[in-house]
Amino acid sequence: MHDVAAHAAHHAPPTSFIRKHVFSLDHKVIGKQYYALALVAAFVGMFLSWFMRIHLAWNDTAIPGLQLLSKTGAPGGVMTPEYYLQLMTMHGTIMVFFVLTTAPFAAFGNYFLPIQVGAEDMPFPHFNMMSFWVTFVAFLVLMSSFILGDGPTLGGWTQYAPLNAVGSVAGPGQGLGVVLWATSIGLFCVGQLLGSLNFITTTLDLRVKGMSLMRLPLTAWAWFITSCMGLTAFAVLMPACILVILDHVAGTSFFVASNLVINDQVQPHSGGSTLLWQHLFWFFGHPEVYIAIVPGLGIVSHILITNMRKPMLSHRTLIYSMGALAVLSYMVYGHHMFVSGMNPFSSLAFSFPTLVITIPSTIVVLVQVFSLYGSKLRINSASLFSLGFISMFVAGGVSGFFLAQPSIDIMLHATYFVVGHFHMVMGVAAMFGIFAGTYFWFPKMTGRMMNETLGKAHFWLSFVGAYCIFMPFHYLGLAGNVRRYSSFVDDFLQPLIPVHRFITVAALLTGAAQLIFLYNLIHSRFWGKLAPNDNPWEATSLEWSTATPPPFDNFGGKHPVVYHDPYQYGVQSSVGDYVMQTSPEQVKTESDEQ
Amino acid sequence: MAKFFAITIIIIAIASAIPILRHTWAPPEDISTHGALIDEQLSETMAEAGISFLAAQFVLAFFIWKFSNPAPDAKLKNFPGGAKGLVIAAFLVVGIEVMALGIFGAKAWANVYLTPPAADAMPIQVQAGQFAFYFRYPGPDGKFGATHPELINEGQQNYYGLDPEHDVDARDDIVAAEMAIPVNKEIHLLMHSKDVGHSFYVRELRVQQDFVPGLDVSLHFTATKVGKYEIVCTQLCGLGHYNMKAYLEVLSQQDFDDWMKKETAMQ
Repeated sequence: MHDVAAHAAHHAPPTSFIRKHVFSLDHKVIGKQYYALALVAAFVGMFLSWFMRIHLAWNDTAIPGLQLLSKTGAPGGVMTPEYYLQLMTMHGTIMVFFVLTTAPFAAFGNYFLPIQVGAEDMPFPHFNMMSFWVTFVAFLVLMSSFILGDGPTLGGWTQYAPLNAVGSVAGPGQGLGVVLWATSIGLFCVGQLLGSLNFITTTLDLRVKGMSLMRLPLTAWAWFITSCMGLTAFAVLMPACILVILDHVAGTSFFVASNLVINDQVQPHSGGSTLLWQHLFWFFGHPEVYIAIVPGLGIVSHILITNMRKPMLSHRTLIYSMGALAVLSYMVYGHHMFVSGMNPFSSLAFSFPTLVITIPSTIVVLVQVFSLYGSKLRINSASLFSLGFISMFVAGGVSGFFLAQPSIDIMLHATYFVVGHFHMVMGVAAMFGIFAGTYFWFPKMTGRMMNETLGKAHFWLSFVGAYCIFMPFHYLGLAGNVRRYSSFVDDFLQPLIPVHRFITVAALLTGAAQLIFLYNLIHSRFWGKLAPNDNPWEATSLEWSTATPPPFDNFGGKHPVVYHDPYQYGVQSSVGDYVMQTSPEQVKTESDEQ
Repeated sequence: MAKFFAITIIIIAIASAIPILRHTWAPPEDISTHGALIDEQLSETMAEAGISFLAAQFVLAFFIWKFSNPAPDAKLKNFPGGAKGLVIAAFLVVGIEVMALGIFGAKAWANVYLTPPAADAMPIQVQAGQFAFYFRYPGPDGKFGATHPELINEGQQNYYGLDPEHDVDARDDIVAAEMAIPVNKEIHLLMHSKDVGHSFYVRELRVQQDFVPGLDVSLHFTATKVGKYEIVCTQLCGLGHYNMKAYLEVLSQQDFDDWMKKETAMQ
């Protein structure tokens, strides 16, 4: 099976520039393309958040240059309420789809999953190439809404019905803007479905001799589990997007009820269901949270193990817990809809699995934290971001206790408490996973090391800054600060404006710290110190056993054979305190010696 | 560097907890009969989440402090009991904790949503539309007139599309831009959206419920304290979302009767 499948993935090395660097079939090039796309998207999303934060803190302040983005949305640089919502929608959409899904899953997974299982490439390289380019077009379509029609949709990244389906009568961007949004996300789903198919088949069919499922590194397991989620979640969102487009262009009424009146006009729709959209969206939306975070759990575990010089307390427990998260993620989506008008009995039915999902999450954290006990922890940029990931995942995770309960959700729903929760647990934590992965795998991807001093500066500013931004969001939520407001005109919100100003300053500084990362990334790519060898971190998995950067077919025409579990550290071998998966050397562990 | 990191984690964890312990930004005083259970649930959850947060951060910081940059001859060790003990702890401690929260929370939820309104609860209809709420009282006949979407005309202040000319029930309906209710009287709120999704949120009342276009949703509550409170929209409804609000006036029975007379005269 391995030989046949491996042969199926084989394709000749490209010769032309276009086939090598643009329309490449090589999973490593595609991984780097995904990374580059995520990087651009992340900075676009971050700049949008800067604009939003400045507006929230100082409502009437002109933001220099913003009028260039939209004359009507920001006359003289001062943002209008509708333009705030449009930028907010774009920020959320860009970050969730094109950064948090793209970087940890599609970028790193593409680059390293085939190498970690010992394959030459993915089984369907053309699908793989198509998945990136479809995603790229999806990004362009989304960006085009900045300049087409009356701007991007203002309906938020969740695009609730019927605001998303009644057309431009509901506000700027609700006509063409929504169609472009739905087209973009529909295309994005196609890209992810193609990618997920490749990830699943790579993991199941292309493992080399000796690579049993339990010998897969935690990263490979995380990408595999994520791709299983992606295959089902995106398969629901894509048709939902098509139905929205049909409501706009074909006169259908999937999401619009009868007799809605806007501007004193009865709308020409009838018979649709408002809540249908929410069910379809959140059936995707909650697994999406885990699609963003599970690769991070795998990446930071992989990196921490290397830097602890010992395996996690239990490899299997982590794998089963990540699997449990994936399965449960489909049973909890209704917690986004407690006060939506859904049957109140359903709220209780969705509440219990939501509370239960804290158990596998807790197990993952406990295993990661208590594995530090008795380790020989190396502190570097990658391990710092991995440890920061755990801290953030816990901080954002515990606020899930509140939002899992419908009774408390009555108070906290649609407030900044929710915004703080998801930014910490799936935004910042996932970003920290991306940063950790970047510092860790950069030498393998480029042959050069990233600057550690800049890396640590980046970490310190990001870690402290992220807490300064997102912990106060929880306090604002407790005080009832409603989200998605472009300014705070209500009496009870006025006293909270100083907190918003503090957050804005923290966001500007923390955002600026990301420029250090960008500089480090670009400078190190071209002028960084050369990696001392193929395995600078003294790691064990297959990506470190091949040349740097890996050749076109990953292992230079050889088929590696795996002899060991993925994380054989704390042993006595000819190379040090570890033995690589591909080394036939028999080793003794320190405990054997005792 | 590692020790500094551990200290930073501890400082951040404690600093994060201080505003919670000092109630710097806490929910306002509850003015409802059902809110006490919700508040109790919130406090218990805060205690359990707070302890979990602090414990996890402290252990993380301690291990980073203790096990980074060890002596070259240090031996690797595993946490006594291994993963099995942690899994059992997660199931027992967190499992029981969240189940308890779930069961007690279900009671608080049922109190609001799974009990019918009293037979003598006062019916009030609220209609949400971009970007205002309008409240309708049935008038002396106790019946709401039928609504006709095609008759809605904001310019003529026919916000509900009533047809008093042909509909007897609609003639005495009272429509107001603010909501007045008598104190200690159960209200049966009938929620209707004219156009897109909106929400009805009164912090002090411990009430938040979305309007669902095409579906009339009902809610019931009793306010226990006279005062003026803000009703805000929490469901993104368009460009004026941030400015969509109304006031809830909780009045003594006498003041409410006076208010009703005044509104009746104005219709």
